[in-house]
Amino acid sequence: MNETVDVLIIGAGASGAAVAWSLADTRMRILCLEQGDWMKPTDYPTNGRDWEARLYSDFATSPNRRARPADYPINDDNSPIKVVNFNGVGGSTIMYTAHYPRLHPSDFRVRTLDGVADDWPVDYATLEPFFAENERMTGVSGLAGDPAYPPKQPPMPPLPLGKSGARFANAMNQLGWHWWPSDTAVATVEYEGRAPCINLGHCTPGCAQGAKASTDITYWPAAIRAGVELRTRCRVREITVNEHGMASGAIYYDADGVEKFQPAEVVVMACNGVGTPRLLLNSVSGCFPGGLANSSGLVGKNLMFHPYAQVFGYVEEPLDSNRAPPLCLWSMEFYETDPSRDFVRGYAFQFGRGIGPVTEAIFSDADGRLPWGKDHHRVYRKLVGRRIGLSAICEDLPEEHNRVTLDPVLKDGHGIPAPKVDYTLSSNSLRMMDHGIARAKEVLAAAGATNVGVHSPILNGGWHLLGTARMGKDPSRSVVNEWGRSHDVKNLFIVDGSIFVTSGGVNPTCTIQALALYIADSMKQRLATLFD
Amino acid sequence: MENDNAGGLSAAELKDLRCVAGMMVPASTEYAVPGADDAAIFADIVNSLGRDLGDVRRALSTLSSLAGGAFAEQDVSRRETAAAAFRERGGAEVAALSRAVLQCYYRDDRVVRSLGLEPRPPFPKGHTLEQGDWSLLDPVRARPKMWRDAP
Ligand SMILES: Cc1cc2nc3c(=O)[nH]c(=O)nc-3n(C[C@H](O)[C@H](O)[C@H](O)COP(=O)(O)OP(=O)(O)OC[C@H]3O[C@@H](n4cnc5c(N)ncnc54)[C@H](O)[C@@H]3O)c2cc1C
Ligand code: SF4
Repeated sequence: MNETVDVLIIGAGASGAAVAWSLADTRMRILCLEQGDWMKPTDYPTNGRDWEARLYSDFATSPNRRARPADYPINDDNSPIKVVNFNGVGGSTIMYTAHYPRLHPSDFRVRTLDGVADDWPVDYATLEPFFAENERMTGVSGLAGDPAYPPKQPPMPPLPLGKSGARFANAMNQLGWHWWPSDTAVATVEYEGRAPCINLGHCTPGCAQGAKASTDITYWPAAIRAGVELRTRCRVREITVNEHGMASGAIYYDADGVEKFQPAEVVVMACNGVGTPRLLLNSVSGCFPGGLANSSGLVGKNLMFHPYAQVFGYVEEPLDSNRAPPLCLWSMEFYETDPSRDFVRGYAFQFGRGIGPVTEAIFSDADGRLPWGKDHHRVYRKLVGRRIGLSAICEDLPEEHNRVTLDPVLKDGHGIPAPKVDYTLSSNSLRMMDHGIARAKEVLAAAGATNVGVHSPILNGGWHLLGTARMGKDPSRSVVNEWGRSHDVKNLFIVDGSIFVTSGGVNPTCTIQALALYIADSMKQRLATLFD
Repeated sequence: MENDNAGGLSAAELKDLRCVAGMMVPASTEYAVPGADDAAIFADIVNSLGRDLGDVRRALSTLSSLAGGAFAEQDVSRRETAAAAFRERGGAEVAALSRAVLQCYYRDDRVVRSLGLEPRPPFPKGHTLEQGDWSLLDPVRARPKMWRDAP
């Protein structure tokens, strides 16, 4: 049998890495179990001529399509937005696009300010030092002075504007709308031994240069140097409890498929907004017949994705296309609630530089824009390298019917029930998306783009997995308390995107990691009374 | 034929696939590019079917039934009508067939060069990106604070 560890972390992604690193200075015995493996930069698609094609095979964003041994299937048939993720050391940060905004102060107070959903039990000011620490550990590039945020200082200069960014900047200035170079988790200069970005332009399926801050190259090396053990290819099946209703460890399958038990004093869940509720719901016992930490009945409920309304068009001159990190700017012009609109809350715009030649052909073929036959070449040459686009990242409000449950039939390679996702777009989201589409068309017109297309919602756009084990002070309305501890099981913590109370209208990873650092810090402050 | 049974397709399926690939992206003297039925490109298509094999097979079978017989054996107008109807249907088969052809066509050296691009993987050379004119930010810098204070 494995020796008991002080802290068992499950999942080595964005949040698991951050919490492991922060807890390491306690000198406790810390172990992380991760179902996937370490990535090799030489395996990333940008090393080969099939770099774009691999987004449809072993680097597909959908785990159902990718179907690597580390992946588990997800039944998302009943959702207009499909779940995307990555399973390995680094988790979904291996495949994220590294757009790295913080949530805004108002995002933590939506009930007080706008009368919807619930306030968070933490606020921006409390998280502020953890945002800064996370941005230093991650290595974030950006520019101070954005009027859409309280003052902050990204540690590296921003990514260049490039041709595409400058075109959008001019368009936004023409309209008098806010824009700013995005905070991006990409090194623009040498940073802590990491090489700067050389514009491979295909950041999503892994950065061969090591410029994109996936946690396998940021937090994990530091955590391991500080004594944390990371055991890969270990898939956890369930969290066990003892006769006192405390978590006692986890049952997992090791790299050889052998069932093992790992005893632990404290268990920290970091499997993301789909993986964590899946495991909790699969951890059924006499004490917890409805799944672990689920006395509120909210485990798996309130799933939020951020519906993406994407609008794109084509300009006359070739722009940056795939030859730079794909996202360059954001706009918070429509972020805060405006009572004159027909929806509450708001959205950010993220601006894309363009896409590569294969992707252009595949997308335009699918949209019917690119003909087959003689005219194919002429039309394609008007498209390739000329696409620019922007997406409205719409705040998704929590609704209990949007949820993760266990699929009664589908199982992963170890026979563990797969998650099933049921999700519908709310009327508030639909109105917000329409607003975003209309404004985006104005931006594209000002940028001189024509031949405009819309993808709304982006089908394979379930990259932000939030809300399925929400934080709160009231145990009947939340799964974990204000510092991430389960209300029901006093040695069980959750640190991943599941604990979001609301989603905000920006990409969440920066906030997920700041929260993980905050929870780790809260645990360290209370070590003597952790289970009281 | 050199690709017989390659990629798990039968000789008849290979013939149909090559035929539809050439219809999708024909050779062009105007643009000095081969078609997707070019021997090297077609070999790449067949060897790269991977996860799309099942859908591509179903696509070929659908094309043949729409054409009323083995797709490659039909006259041009029948094939074109069948191909148009097939595209119109949409769905996974259509997407897989197009993707199988286009992902290989647009990585062929000759084709990539014809687009004015370098036929190479992005790593390790990367690309250069112009810095751009940061004075464009001046009007935004001058804006008052936009975030809401949260009590
Ligand atoms: C294509 C794509 C693009 C994205 N772009 C952005 C972006 O630009 N900006 C942004 O902010 N966010 C982006 N995201 C989202 C971002 O990656 C996630 O928000 C973030 O990684 C979530 O962190 P997490 O810790 O909650 O989970 P993850 O990082 O997903 O980590 C979960 C880990 O748990 C492991 N795990 C799960 N179940 C088990 C089990 N049973 N046993 C053992 N291990 C298990 C998984 O293998 C995984 O490694 C993107 C994601 C994708 C897929
Ligand atoms: S563009 Fe930069 S960050 Fe993205 S993959 Fe290339 S080197 Fe890495």
